[in-house]
Amino acid sequence: MGNGYTLEFEKKLVELEKKIEELKRYAEEKGLDMAEEIAPLERRAQELAREIYSHLEPWQRVLIARHPKRPTFLELVSFIFQDFLELHGDRNFRDDPAMVGGLAWLDGRAVTVIGEQKGRDTKENLARNFGLPHPEGYRKALRLMQQAAKFGRPIISFIDVVGAYPGIEAEERGQGEAIARNLREMSILPVPIIAVITGEGGSGGALATGVGDRLYMLEHAYYSVISPEGCASILWKDATKAPEAAKALKFNAEDLLAFGVIDGIIPEPLGGAHRDPAQTAANIKRTIVAALEELVKIPGSMLVEERYRRLRRLGVYGTS
Amino acid sequence: MPLKELFNTKPKYVTIKPPTPAPPGGVETVERPEKKEIPDGLWTKCGGCGQTIYTKDLAKNLFVCPRCDHHFRIGARERINQLLDEGSFSELFADLRSVDPLGFPDYPAKLKRAQQESGLSEAILVGTGKLEGIPLGLGVMDANFMMGSMGSVVGEKVTRLIEYCLETRLPLVIVAAGGGGARMQEGVLSLMQMAKTSAALGRLGLAGILYISVLTDPTMGGVFASFATLGDIIICEPGALLGFTGPRVIQQTIRQTLPPGFQSSKFQLEHGLADMIVHRRELRSTIARLLRFHHYGGGA
Ligand SMILES: [Zn+2]
Repeated sequence: MGNGYTLEFEKKLVELEKKIEELKRYAEEKGLDMAEEIAPLERRAQELAREIYSHLEPWQRVLIARHPKRPTFLELVSFIFQDFLELHGDRNFRDDPAMVGGLAWLDGRAVTVIGEQKGRDTKENLARNFGLPHPEGYRKALRLMQQAAKFGRPIISFIDVVGAYPGIEAEERGQGEAIARNLREMSILPVPIIAVITGEGGSGGALATGVGDRLYMLEHAYYSVISPEGCASILWKDATKAPEAAKALKFNAEDLLAFGVIDGIIPEPLGGAHRDPAQTAANIKRTIVAALEELVKIPGSMLVEERYRRLRRLGVYGTS
Repeated sequence: MPLKELFNTKPKYVTIKPPTPAPPGGVETVERPEKKEIPDGLWTKCGGCGQTIYTKDLAKNLFVCPRCDHHFRIGARERINQLLDEGSFSELFADLRSVDPLGFPDYPAKLKRAQQESGLSEAILVGTGKLEGIPLGLGVMDANFMMGSMGSVVGEKVTRLIEYCLETRLPLVIVAAGGGGARMQEGVLSLMQMAKTSAALGRLGLAGILYISVLTDPTMGGVFASFATLGDIIICEPGALLGFTGPRVIQQTIRQTLPPGFQSSKFQLEHGLADMIVHRRELRSTIARLLRFHHYGGGA
């Protein structure tokens, strides 16, 4: 893999992959034909990869969803759309760099795209506030979505966020109200809205751009009411028990599909999206293009009606 | 109504817990409330001034300290009695019960305990009633039931109440008290209740029906970031803790001392979230005035 970030459960595989690379280099340097020695090792690596990645625990998948090399919003946009043109600002307070939005072409169709942007290194992370939006980020997203509705453009929302930023200024400027308003307004926008959780779906901060006609999740993404660490520290007063909380919260894509919260799971390359961002993006694109083809045929008022019925079904309860 | 019925709860003791480490990425939702102040017994100590008050006097004063005006937390039944014309409340959707969709550790036991201790089936009562003779739809949350957190049943009851008001064109008042936010034990299904209730309010708004939101101590997290902050008019009770992320999580994230009065009712008024802070004594008459301004109950 050689990207410098090895997850604990991948160690054996990464070591084997390194060994294969070394052998290949050695063979090349010395001009030797070592294909016979290398082939079984490569087969073993493939087997090992399948073994490891087909039996991942919820917590291990969280680590994949949080992988520092996981493709970010702008990376995915560059693969999926053509001619992305960023638009800035909430027209009220400032431009929030944690939330990015703009116009783009999706195979000949103009769309509005929004999503949180995590940084790929410390410097960018500081500039982007680790992709944690302030209220003005959510308000920028809403402005761009309402603009999309005005001009009849479909909306594509990518979600990858730990949560709405927990800070003094965020509270002063109405973080809760900004989220609530987005939920209400997104529910009545008369254009197709497709949301994809590409990494972390952190609570209200993720939901705030996640109301729509279709919601998909990448295979290892998670979508939760609370972070596993937060849940563990409340339940067991011990944040290190996050792996157990990750199990209890049932927040993996398969769980959410069973609860009727999402419409489909988008497969990732073996080992996670970071192992092949282009393939990941192609999988996302195939899904949203197919969904959009269906949705653009539906009149706006019917979209809104069906969107409400969709939300209306969510929840599990009994009667006395 | 005898006091015993109002507060059929066992005595509660306050325990000071050591601060938990900041959950990395653990924003919003659940935080333990520092205090459970359910007046009980003959005498009650005021959380504001420390004065010991004869409980009967406190009840007569709407559970507001006669000395310092500290507003005690009150349950849903007491709130309904204070707000509505006597005997006019008629509960709706009372048969909804929470289940345990995730098989979450201890959730069924916690629900059972909350039901026994609060005498309620869930963290909200919804229904119809009259206020100064004006018919309305009313929802009242109860912070004593699992910290007033919102799971599937709370979300469903709120949504059905909104839909009921939409059908009957009754004005809507919801008194929020949700220190727990979205209920962790029902996972993402609790989160979805934020979207469901907000979407229902979108329809109510398009129909031009008035929604008054009353925020009481404490209203946080997923309740705050959905129906509680979407009122056409937002009223706060004095001295309430109101916000999205709990103060402890913010403090642990930014590692700075929070300014005094942070996330108080006054803070929310000054920062433009709330329309007004209203003393409990004036709450009923203020809501009546607002309803009349919107031509409910024949105006004037
Ligand atoms: Zn007092």
